[in-house]
Amino acid sequence: MNAEVGNFAKRQQQKKQQIIELAIAIGLALVFAIVMPALLSAFRLKLLGRFVALSIVALGLDLIWGYTGLLSLGHGIFFALGGYALAMHLKLQLPEGQIPEFFTLYGVTELPWFWTPFYSFPLTIVAIFVIPAIVAGLLGYLVFRNRIKGVYFSILTQAALLVFFNFFNGQQKLINGTNGLKTDTETIFGVLVGSEGAQLAFYEISLLGLLLVYFLCRWLTTGRFGRLLVAIRDDETRVRFTGYDPTGYKVLVFAISGAIAGVAGALYTVQTGIITPSAMEVAFSIEMVIWVAVGGRATLIGAIIGTLLVRLGQTFLSEQFPEVWLFFQGALFLLVVTVLPNGIFGWARDWGIPKLRSLLGLQEQLITYPALEQDPEIQQEREELER
Amino acid sequence: MSEQTTEKILEIDNLTVSFDGFKALNDLNFSMNVGELRVVIGPNGAGKTTFLDVITGKVKPTEGKVYFQGQNLRPYNEHQIARMGIGRKFQTPRVYLNLTVRENLDLASNRQKGVFRTLLGKPTKSDRRTVNGLLETIGLTAKAELQAALLSHGEKQRLEIGMLVAQSPDLLLVDEPVAGLTDEETENVGNLLLALAQSHSIVVIEHDMEFVRQIARTVSVLHQGSLLCEGNMDEVQNDPRVIEVYLGEQEEEAA
Amino acid sequence: MLELAVGIFNGFSIGSVLLLAALGLAIVFGLMGVINLAHGELMMLGAYATFVVQNIFQGFGDGALNLYIFVALPVAFIVSAIAGLILERGVIRFLYGRPLETLLATWGISLILRQFVRSVNGVLVLGIVLFCLLFFGGLWFLSKRTDWERIRTAAISALLPLSLAISAVAGVLVSKTGVEVLTKPWFSARNVDVTPPAWLRGGFSVGIYQLPYSRIFIIVLTVLCLLGIYWFLNRSIWGLRIRAVTQNREMSACLGIPTDTVDALTFAIGSGLAGIAGCAITLLGSVGPNTGQNYIVDVFMVVVVGGVGNLFGTVIAALAIGIVTYLIGSGTLALMFSNSDALQPLTDFFTFFAATSMAKVMVFALIIAFLQVKPSGIFPQKGRTAEL
Repeated sequence: MNAEVGNFAKRQQQKKQQIIELAIAIGLALVFAIVMPALLSAFRLKLLGRFVALSIVALGLDLIWGYTGLLSLGHGIFFALGGYALAMHLKLQLPEGQIPEFFTLYGVTELPWFWTPFYSFPLTIVAIFVIPAIVAGLLGYLVFRNRIKGVYFSILTQAALLVFFNFFNGQQKLINGTNGLKTDTETIFGVLVGSEGAQLAFYEISLLGLLLVYFLCRWLTTGRFGRLLVAIRDDETRVRFTGYDPTGYKVLVFAISGAIAGVAGALYTVQTGIITPSAMEVAFSIEMVIWVAVGGRATLIGAIIGTLLVRLGQTFLSEQFPEVWLFFQGALFLLVVTVLPNGIFGWARDWGIPKLRSLLGLQEQLITYPALEQDPEIQQEREELER
Repeated sequence: MSEQTTEKILEIDNLTVSFDGFKALNDLNFSMNVGELRVVIGPNGAGKTTFLDVITGKVKPTEGKVYFQGQNLRPYNEHQIARMGIGRKFQTPRVYLNLTVRENLDLASNRQKGVFRTLLGKPTKSDRRTVNGLLETIGLTAKAELQAALLSHGEKQRLEIGMLVAQSPDLLLVDEPVAGLTDEETENVGNLLLALAQSHSIVVIEHDMEFVRQIARTVSVLHQGSLLCEGNMDEVQNDPRVIEVYLGEQEEEAA
Repeated sequence: MLELAVGIFNGFSIGSVLLLAALGLAIVFGLMGVINLAHGELMMLGAYATFVVQNIFQGFGDGALNLYIFVALPVAFIVSAIAGLILERGVIRFLYGRPLETLLATWGISLILRQFVRSVNGVLVLGIVLFCLLFFGGLWFLSKRTDWERIRTAAISALLPLSLAISAVAGVLVSKTGVEVLTKPWFSARNVDVTPPAWLRGGFSVGIYQLPYSRIFIIVLTVLCLLGIYWFLNRSIWGLRIRAVTQNREMSACLGIPTDTVDALTFAIGSGLAGIAGCAITLLGSVGPNTGQNYIVDVFMVVVVGGVGNLFGTVIAALAIGIVTYLIGSGTLALMFSNSDALQPLTDFFTFFAATSMAKVMVFALIIAFLQVKPSGIFPQKGRTAEL
């Protein structure tokens, strides 16, 4: 009886914590949305907007790697697919009967069939996350249903990435090959995409997107579903013998993760002004992984912090020492993996904060004797004290 | 009532499993009734674990058939078989180390195991009551909010048995539940199994003869992938073939 | 039909390069479950070693130049093997049982190696040597102390930044002096060309086609390496130990096999084979810092398709991937169907994929299809321990 009362109180407390967290997240987002545009130059703001877009893809990657334990080295595919979807829509902002300029270079006179749906804005918005989700779901299904996992999954996703890269690179007549699609000279709702006003809007939309995706991931990872993802990471065979089919869960998470990457790709594209197959370079997709690793796997905040930190560092270092940037990056990979396996956030949680607390002389919560927590007498005493 | 007790929960016909020509199970026949507690013993390499692997669908039979409640299990894979009502406990405790004890039990007791049902469903009040009851049964109420990784070996064993029960299976397969436990813990687990046997059919695989004596009613002996003999503890212990298998042939010892 | 035969020959030679590169990777993967993303860069090191050897031989006149390849092969092997050994002892050793992290760490190494060959010069080498002397010398000196175990962490965290800083400052100072011998990069960031020896130029004529001698040489080299590895694994005492650890690490350790040494040795040999592969690719074209990246994904696919623990699977997978890639990519298949009108759609289909990059698209689709039938490769490991 007592245990149940305790549980109820605990759940109430959890609910309270969740509301507090929600308030903090929205508050932070508002601060970024209002303060940063006032502080930063247009150029820097655009840069920040891109970082925000990239931290969205980091969240998606965290979902599949951090929580489910599947390391995807091919998220560039989904990122680029989202980017291309939006860029194609922008390219079609033309007077009736015209086709995008680059087609004439290759002697193409008729719009390829798969461009037509992108005339419609709503369809494009849907395509931005549905197409990557379908591609991810299909690839995931073909791989997971055969119980291919671990390193095999990673290098298969990498191979898939290379394949998509080759395909987009080689098809000038369909999607302009290596040159990619330029967006900043196009218009959206009659406004030039590259203009300052539009860029500010994209920055705000990216922040909103980050907030929404964050709460989506939060919802996915806190309930039973999230715990099952962790269970799959810990011991997939056990999950199977408990009566769950891991394949379905993995496919769904991979597809969601791909959709998130697609959204990020679209937001990134309009803030960069161009999407090319280079978004599907092998190196870029592995970099995404390191953002998550730096921040801390299986912590959503960590993925965001990691992305912002690494990208800031990269911008600074590659401006200052372009030649040795690769050395730094390589060292970063090594350091994070060997010294900080739980990332900055994990380190702070496991070591930094307890240390800080003890330095400040605050009492630490002991978990050695949980029996005390459950002891009805102590429970009663506590309640009396609170009264 | 009498009809129920004679109904077979598990029936195995001429089962053979071979890995690259090596026969882990060889023409095995086995059957047990609903509500029975059966202990399977056998020397190392007798095929005990493969026996469980086949029943739970991890390994497909090369020849022969496995029937559970009259249904052939061949076309089903692990999670389907688990949902049909066969639960398995592994040799080394396998719990989800990064989840708390309560979360471990909650996942196992979830009735709706489809992807979207799990995503959208919420633990009901009765779910929570089941979990609390189970925590009490396995004696881990006080540690319900601890990460499973922090439990001792014996506590993990109990947690895994709890998870097994949470699945509410009709048939429990338990692989060496007391390996690496202290005497006291062994007795606890034994009592737990006996209590469970009131309402479940159970197959226990075990090495520890003391423990077998504590819980056993009927014992089956596996040897080289086939059933060597079957009977109560005394019969089995005095069977010359069993003695031979466990102690070695007389001539060998003489030589 | 002759086209087909020549196509198969060319595919065979592509396959043998893949095989040469994949052999090392497959052995290491089988033993430690580790995929080395820096494997391509080890190939690249082998290629650069070949380039250096050739330049040295250029000083000895034409007669000697013709023979440089026979020195370059062992040199490439040794250079890559040493690099692999350092990699294993310095990084991978600490990450056993965490294959995904190993993947990331080796990617870091791969980035560093690529930048290294771009910017290596006297100053950098001096700096590295100085750092090693300070750091490892310091460690060696401190490890003599009796309270070493206690101060270990503190010592490392003090020595590392200290020696890094000293060598960095020294490097900056030296480069300020502007001595060109020291500051000039050894290799430019652009690709370097290795000229094959005279007797490997030209080819063997078959009708209107030519089978280049260099490709025949690579095939022969691959066969020799394969035989060597086969002999080593199956006939030598260390080969036996490697096979034992591959099958059951704990048991082998209990039997007194030094698993640490086995790991290091295997990794070194696998890396050395990458070096030989690197030497071989210098015969096919110019090499640059990114050379390894061009091969690596194909090599991974060979390992995936071939399965673990059986070299024969690797051989078949490499040759199959090589031949299919070539036949599709070169348009040979498209050409074959073009004779009859009935097969027009098929011709169009294969023409669409008739480019090296598009062939990879097709091959990947085939690999995914293959994995639906045989998810653990051509020769999967069997038994009850296979999937746990």
